Amino acid sequence: MKLPLQLWIGFGLFAFFVLAVLLSFFWTPFDVTVLDISEKLLPPSSRHLLGTDHFGRDMLSMLMVGARTSIAVAIIAVGIGVAAGVPLGLLAAANRGSLLDEIIMRGNDLVFAFPSLVIAILITAVFGPSAVNAILAIGIFNIPVFARVTRGAALSLWTLDYIMAARVAGKRALRISLEHILPNIANVLIVQGTIQFSLGILAEAGLSYVGLGAQPPTPSWGRMLADAQTMIYTTPRLAILPGLAIVLAVLGLNLMGDGLRDFLDPRLRRARQ
Amino acid sequence: MTRFLAMRLLSLTLSLVAASVVIFAVIEVIPGDPAAYMLGLNADPDAVAALRDELGLNGSVLSRYLHWIGGALQGDFGQSYTYRVPVSELILQRTQVSGPLAIYALLLSVLIAFPVGIIAASRRGKPADYGIMAATQLGIAVPNFWFAMLLVLVFAVKLHWVSAGGFPGWDGGLFTGLKALTLPAIALALPQASILARVLRSSLLDTLHQDYIRTARAKGLSRRQTLMRHALRNGLIPVLTILGLQFSFLLAGAIIIENVFFLPGLGRLIFQAITQRDLIVVESVVMLLVFAVILVNFTVDIAYAIADPRLRRHR
Repeated sequence: MKLPLQLWIGFGLFAFFVLAVLLSFFWTPFDVTVLDISEKLLPPSSRHLLGTDHFGRDMLSMLMVGARTSIAVAIIAVGIGVAAGVPLGLLAAANRGSLLDEIIMRGNDLVFAFPSLVIAILITAVFGPSAVNAILAIGIFNIPVFARVTRGAALSLWTLDYIMAARVAGKRALRISLEHILPNIANVLIVQGTIQFSLGILAEAGLSYVGLGAQPPTPSWGRMLADAQTMIYTTPRLAILPGLAIVLAVLGLNLMGDGLRDFLDPRLRRARQ
Repeated sequence: MTRFLAMRLLSLTLSLVAASVVIFAVIEVIPGDPAAYMLGLNADPDAVAALRDELGLNGSVLSRYLHWIGGALQGDFGQSYTYRVPVSELILQRTQVSGPLAIYALLLSVLIAFPVGIIAASRRGKPADYGIMAATQLGIAVPNFWFAMLLVLVFAVKLHWVSAGGFPGWDGGLFTGLKALTLPAIALALPQASILARVLRSSLLDTLHQDYIRTARAKGLSRRQTLMRHALRNGLIPVLTILGLQFSFLLAGAIIIENVFFLPGLGRLIFQAITQRDLIVVESVVMLLVFAVILVNFTVDIAYAIADPRLRRHR
């Protein structure tokens, strides 16, 4: 079976950013914590490949360190969504039609009515701004997403004969959920995880841009855009570069998600042939 | 249908109550004393006591909630602490920017997505389809506020076609107001239109496999007629779902985009309120946004049931 082309492109783009992040822990072209006003707003050159910003910091180094924030926030937020959403979804599916199922699903609907921006606003209004807010806000928003996807996928499995056989054999719902359901819905969860990851990067950028996410001096792509806004007339490069980084990272993840879905779903594969 | 409607109305009411309880709890219960919080660390105890009185913080949690929600139901959200005017007045004023912006963007995204989605579906596997799929893939990946900055760069800074931001208000006429909202609306609409076009395409492709489409073709309708008359109507349900979901993203997006264009909408109001610790304003605007999302999803649910009677039974 040949891997889809978009999976390769997506994976390549994503791997590029992951490598940049890993590299940034050991080496960046320049130190981003050192401000050097005499070097400010330099155009790209062999010394500063992407030029410098208004504080004289090297843009390439800023982008590399900024990628950490974006990727870390998005990964942890997906982790929160999976850790809370998947058990809830499994529980709801195992008790289909029960009061518990109803409570979980209505709870989902309720959380779903709060866009992550609104959650971030609420948290920030009470606890003040920080990168943790962005993680929490995006993570909480992810919970109902994973709960719904898990429940939907698990429900269709519960009707299958081999699950019936496991029940007849005396296995409890918890064991069936963990041993039979979870491994079989892993595909769906991986694809959804990729999608939420890319949405998380977009959301983090938006939150940091309006000041609800990463705080100075932590570099983040969203904050770099906010800083660049007033300089868009004179140095548009500062606004264009972080945006391009976001687009490429999100594009990579989306292509990877689409490619994985096509690759992992045998029904789709057949439909395409 | 009556039973369905009654059940949906009941669940709508429960959702609204639950959402308001959550917001109330986060804003008024978690920070401890909201009055002390709003006035800051070095506040004079007398001032805190006065503000507690003004905000009605001396009752029990339950009576405070009932007082707040009772007032909100009558359009009274309390007084803004920083602006010293009724919050409802502020909200009404700012909604005149954010509301039209979200609706403008929604209309634009539908106007773009429908032709694009239909063309992609009808040319499946051809270059036009690939081109559209690639363009929409890119459209989804672009953060709308960054796209907004690029639009400002091109149309305001380089071409001088429009001003870079600000809002003249609706008093200068509909056209002037709409002109100021056009770039923000385009920036908001692009990612949404990309998602919508992709959903429409795949939903059309799904319906095109159905037997009744083959029947329609067999009785002599052209591909185009089949697509427009039969496939489009039946492929609309998933599109409707996404459209409903998009509204909440549009509202949130509008709040962020307002910062790029310096539009005096709800977004600017809420961010200023956060920095000024004006909890009453934050609470009211958040409730308005959440209620809007819940109401839109309710309307979409009802719209489905009207479009597809089968859905009434299963819900």
